[in-house]
Amino acid sequence: MEVVDIARWQFGIITVYHFLFVPITIGLTALVATFETIWVVRKDPAYLRLTKFFGKLLLINFAIGVVTGIVQEFQFGMNWSDYSRFVGDVFGAPLAIEGLLAFFLESTFLGLWIFGWDKLSRPLHAACMWIVHVGTLFSSWFILAANSWMQHPVGHTYNPETGRAELTDFWAVMFNKVQLVAFPHVITAAYMTGGAFVLGVSAWLYLRRRGQAREDVEERALHRKGIRVGAAVTLIACVGVVITGDIQGKIMTEVQPMKMAAAEGLYETSDSCAPFSVFTIGTPDGREEKFAVTVPCLLSFLGTGTFDGTVEGINPLREKYAETYGNDPGATYYHPSDYVPVVPVTYWSFRFMMGLGMFGALGAALILFATRGDRNPRSRWWGRLALAVPVTVVLASSFGWIFTEMGRQPWVVYGLMTVENAVSPGVSVAEALTSVTVLTLLYAVLAVIEFGLLAKFIKKGPDPFVEPPDPSNSEASGDEPMTFAY
Amino acid sequence: MELTTLWFIVIAVLWIGYFALEGFDFGVGVLLPVLARDETERRVMINTIGPVWDGNEVWLLVAGGATFAAFPEWYATLFSGFYLPLLLILVALILRGLAFEYRHKRNEVEWRANWDRAIIYGSLVPAFLWGVAFANIVRGVPIDGDFEFTGTVLTLLNPHALLGGCVTLALFVTHGAFFIALKTLGDIRVRARQFGIRTGLAAAGLAVVFLLWTQAETGNIRSAVAFVAAAVLLLAGLVAARASREGWAFTGTFLAIGFAVAGLFLALFPDVMPSSTDPTYSLTTTNAAATAYTLKVMSWCALAFTPLVIGYQAWSYWVFRKRIGTQHIPTEVLVK
Repeated sequence: MEVVDIARWQFGIITVYHFLFVPITIGLTALVATFETIWVVRKDPAYLRLTKFFGKLLLINFAIGVVTGIVQEFQFGMNWSDYSRFVGDVFGAPLAIEGLLAFFLESTFLGLWIFGWDKLSRPLHAACMWIVHVGTLFSSWFILAANSWMQHPVGHTYNPETGRAELTDFWAVMFNKVQLVAFPHVITAAYMTGGAFVLGVSAWLYLRRRGQAREDVEERALHRKGIRVGAAVTLIACVGVVITGDIQGKIMTEVQPMKMAAAEGLYETSDSCAPFSVFTIGTPDGREEKFAVTVPCLLSFLGTGTFDGTVEGINPLREKYAETYGNDPGATYYHPSDYVPVVPVTYWSFRFMMGLGMFGALGAALILFATRGDRNPRSRWWGRLALAVPVTVVLASSFGWIFTEMGRQPWVVYGLMTVENAVSPGVSVAEALTSVTVLTLLYAVLAVIEFGLLAKFIKKGPDPFVEPPDPSNSEASGDEPMTFAY
Repeated sequence: MELTTLWFIVIAVLWIGYFALEGFDFGVGVLLPVLARDETERRVMINTIGPVWDGNEVWLLVAGGATFAAFPEWYATLFSGFYLPLLLILVALILRGLAFEYRHKRNEVEWRANWDRAIIYGSLVPAFLWGVAFANIVRGVPIDGDFEFTGTVLTLLNPHALLGGCVTLALFVTHGAFFIALKTLGDIRVRARQFGIRTGLAAAGLAVVFLLWTQAETGNIRSAVAFVAAAVLLLAGLVAARASREGWAFTGTFLAIGFAVAGLFLALFPDVMPSSTDPTYSLTTTNAAATAYTLKVMSWCALAFTPLVIGYQAWSYWVFRKRIGTQHIPTEVLVK
């Protein structure tokens, strides 16, 4: 095993793990801020209970997203030092700006929100959560700009003297066409995740309350609010995800045709009316297809917007890439190899992304329908479905990232640098193995702890309503216990 | 001034901000078992840094990001070279960050004791290792012509660097003690102040030896001035603590840490990572730097947003300016 393989596993493991929590956080900050704003405006106690309940679940998630994010930033230097040397001039700027603009905003205003219940006026307190949400959006913007640059490097030039990619147009990097569609795709997916989380948790709690006692009826009314808001956000965001995903597919066909071909298991170019494959089995070396179930012409439509558009296949693209990049001037950062990603992983992750996302949206719609009015369906399967909805939507995001990153292999920066040339030359196998082992074990333990806490607080349900103290109260002695304390 | 020099200064300022701010929350973490007598006092201590520790840690992330953007070669050599110590720091920061948020989520004694350990060691390990890392950066490590670190972990564990680790640990503990003295009410306030004076004297002794050693090896006039200022400010802080002036005591350690770190960067300049193998292999502000265009873009960003960041971070400290005593800790069982 070489360092590059270990480093790739580490990147995959810790990044997929980190991104389990990120979309929940982005989505939930918006939803918690919405609940709190409704409470401030309408003074309906139910919305304060929802704010505090989902706020607590948000914080459990946020904490783990934050601490695992630290590793993300440093591992570029640790495991991918040649990458860092080669692209730092372009790639470092969005990372630094992300820290300055987003991380300070998130951490400071989250601290104000957590501890500020008795110190800030109600509108200001709600504003803090909105600011945290804006922070998550800034963060997404810059990190996706950095990633989009790796997918489609623009605004730079290769300097043979320094042997690195150098920034020539910052705005081109910020408004890369891949970025302009990746950002709304990721953000709508995050809203969908946040919505699904609120829907799933609310529906599960709703279905538990079957009785006709006054308390049960009241709690059902509370959870129905969660179901409605969650379902509305999930379904509307899902439409956004589909639309942006569709545009993304067309841009991908243009800038990364190999990824599209691999996503479809399309081995030979289809001059017109390319079929969309629902199910394919190829040979293990990814050179030809054995068996496939297809929908005629659909791929042409997805990739080009017309039913008779040309979609290039893997085999002709392989030759084309070898011709283009075989004699690349940036030869030091370039290692000729096979230009085809692992087809089964690319193909199936693409389908899991769409399938799981659709399952989530369908589940959300079904739950909304089944709980309409004051209906409380009896079957246990509804409760399971309620919890499955957020899980599948989160996994859809994971598969989306696995697809987009695996689909561009062997490149770390498309057309410029391969993954093999990006790894740290000075890091030993022992060091890299230590790192991946320690982090994987640690993350596994943290996952158990965090799911235990989530389960505990979800089961407990929202706390009873307590009027928050008024910070402008001049009669306070100053010795009152804090509203919230660690 | 050249942009590369400006960005060297920016990165120095980011590290100064990081150590002067996170320094005290590391100190609070290390002192958890020393200053607190019971669970309520432990909670008092944790709550003094509760709203601010995460914002303090962002200074590190921005310092890392800015180094990546402004000096990619420095970032690449440093983090791939100091691999295992950095991994240890990251693990410590992960555990400690989660501990603040998760500790109060269950009432079991065992659960809280485990997270307390995470806070204590998660603070102690980075407080020590950052000193080791910076001492090594300043004194120079083996780096070859390709800017690759050629040493091992053992190269980094030399006496000079280990002393550096002891200095940062002692300084941060003192800084944390004065922060507790400044932010709490009751017995713990007095205990913290007295404890800070004792660790402060130890820190002063260690720091003088370390800074003299560093000055003798790589120092210049400017670094000497900064080191002397750091020593004077630390002693002034201790005197203020004796006079029960906690605000001034904390200001003293805050500035002492700032000047000490500034001195290290002044001793470093114009290198950013000197090579002990051959001076011609040293990474400098010029050969490790990004292009002028990138630095220009970054300069505008920093100019536009840094005042805003400092403004709202200062505001959050002002919102949480009140001292906390045991009476402020909610007594009802939080978690059922």
